[in-house]
Amino acid sequence: MITRIMAIAATEFRIQTRNRWLASATVLMTLFALALTFAGSAPTGSLGVDLLTVSVASMTTLAVYLAPFLALMIAFDAIAGEAERGTLGLTLTYPLSRGEMLLGKFAAHLAVLAIAIALGLGSAGVAAWLAGGAGPASVQALARLIATAILLGACFLALGYVASALSGSGAGAAGLAVALWLVLVVLYDLGLLGALVMDAGGGFTKHVFPWLLALNPADAFRLWNVSAAQEVALVSGMAGAGEALPGWAAPLSLLLWPVLALALARTVFERVEP
Amino acid sequence: MTDRDTALAIAGLDKSFGRTQVLGGITLNVAPGERVALLGHNGAGKSTLIKMILGLIRPGAGSIRVAGNAPGSAAARAATAYLPEQVAFHRSLTGREQLTMFARLAGEHPKTVAPLLERVGLALAADGRIGTYSKGMRQRLGLAQALLGRRRVALLDEPTSGLDPISRHDLYAVIDEMAANGTALLIASHALTELEARTDRIAIMAKGRLVADDSLGNLARAAALPTRIRLTAREGAAEAVQAELGGRRVNGRAVELDCTTEQKMAQLARISGLGEAVRDVEMVPPSLEDLYRHYCGENRQ
Repeated sequence: MITRIMAIAATEFRIQTRNRWLASATVLMTLFALALTFAGSAPTGSLGVDLLTVSVASMTTLAVYLAPFLALMIAFDAIAGEAERGTLGLTLTYPLSRGEMLLGKFAAHLAVLAIAIALGLGSAGVAAWLAGGAGPASVQALARLIATAILLGACFLALGYVASALSGSGAGAAGLAVALWLVLVVLYDLGLLGALVMDAGGGFTKHVFPWLLALNPADAFRLWNVSAAQEVALVSGMAGAGEALPGWAAPLSLLLWPVLALALARTVFERVEP
Repeated sequence: MTDRDTALAIAGLDKSFGRTQVLGGITLNVAPGERVALLGHNGAGKSTLIKMILGLIRPGAGSIRVAGNAPGSAAARAATAYLPEQVAFHRSLTGREQLTMFARLAGEHPKTVAPLLERVGLALAADGRIGTYSKGMRQRLGLAQALLGRRRVALLDEPTSGLDPISRHDLYAVIDEMAANGTALLIASHALTELEARTDRIAIMAKGRLVADDSLGNLARAAALPTRIRLTAREGAAEAVQAELGGRRVNGRAVELDCTTEQKMAQLARISGLGEAVRDVEMVPPSLEDLYRHYCGENRQ
């Protein structure tokens, strides 16, 4: 089983480096992170925190959008694209279960994503440290940001496979992936914001809203980073919601999402007739 | 026959897509080392049958056993080699990388890859991207993956498509070698050509049913197709020749006769009796194409 998963993973990783996804994802991540770090360096003096802390807060916001986007871009083609090109049928006639194939692809895609995120956010961190200094707390915050961004990417990789297995064509899967991104990363928050305004500080705001935030992987990612570091919370102004939740809620959500989404992707994939 | 004698056993197979029946009552056995050609027009149900043997589509009724295992089970897949009709690989991998992946999936050592690439004539192109391969080269790579390991059953879907004559010759050699190693081969094709004629048995499908399943010799005897004799008459004599021998006028000067094997010599004697009236005689024995058309329920043209 491990041999087969490794065989798929090695092939998939090679394909991702050959089609330059690895390189372009890393460059994209680095450019955005560097731009944010230096564009957002203004408030350091007034808040009394180091540049890296501000940078981590900005990059948290960046990663919420960019990590899911990159993950979906890598994942949407995984099943639909292979079915369309006609490579899926032959591979599935080998003694390889669909779960094994999915895990192999997931391992390779996660490696690509982890490299892009670690290099991209890491280089911005190094730049901030060189330019304005950093303390142990802010370095820890950066490490946490990188690890959680990879986890967030893992959620959306698995969700991308669900989209890919559901649609018959690569184009359909791409459309579904964009819709997923819009709903989970943008519209979900807008909906919650609307509900908050309507509720005007009532029971929904105090008891339901924090849990709804933790339920969405993108918001769970934000909560985890914000509530774990007071300085980051101070800069990002998101401390309120985090305090209403037990500390395990956001990490649990972010850890469970990839597992559940992968299980769902496997179920949907089992029904695909190549 | 028991499972031990049949590498591939198909009994009473039915399949419908919605209201359309694509396969009806298919029963077919292939023994180890036997080469069976599966013929039929596009849409006759060959590809559906192959996908069912691979376990990619579930049968409506009936049973399939691949080396004694249910189709699609890990044991059946390990025992089956498959060459798809439109064989596709990832463009950005090299032939060697792609074949190494398949070797690992099949549980074979990656060391087996290099000799196989050599065997199908891809040794020089092994480290080039598949995107730069010609159709014939991709077909060879497809053949190489079908040769991985010792499979009990091989399903080759249109293996000659895109191959030049020399590659065809290599393909015959590979097929014979697999059969000699005890692999049961099912070779799907939409025409009866030289390759299919070299098999041990020919199964013909039409409209989802099996209309013939026998050796080429037996099929030809049972069909008893006539030999065609084409005469070219001297100018103005065509009418007289037709009056004497019967047959059809084809154009101004030619007459065509159909005759069975037994009548052939007698007809030739009558033709030479006509002397000067006939300028030329041509004999056309029934072709593989004619035989195939006969079983598909079409008339000879």
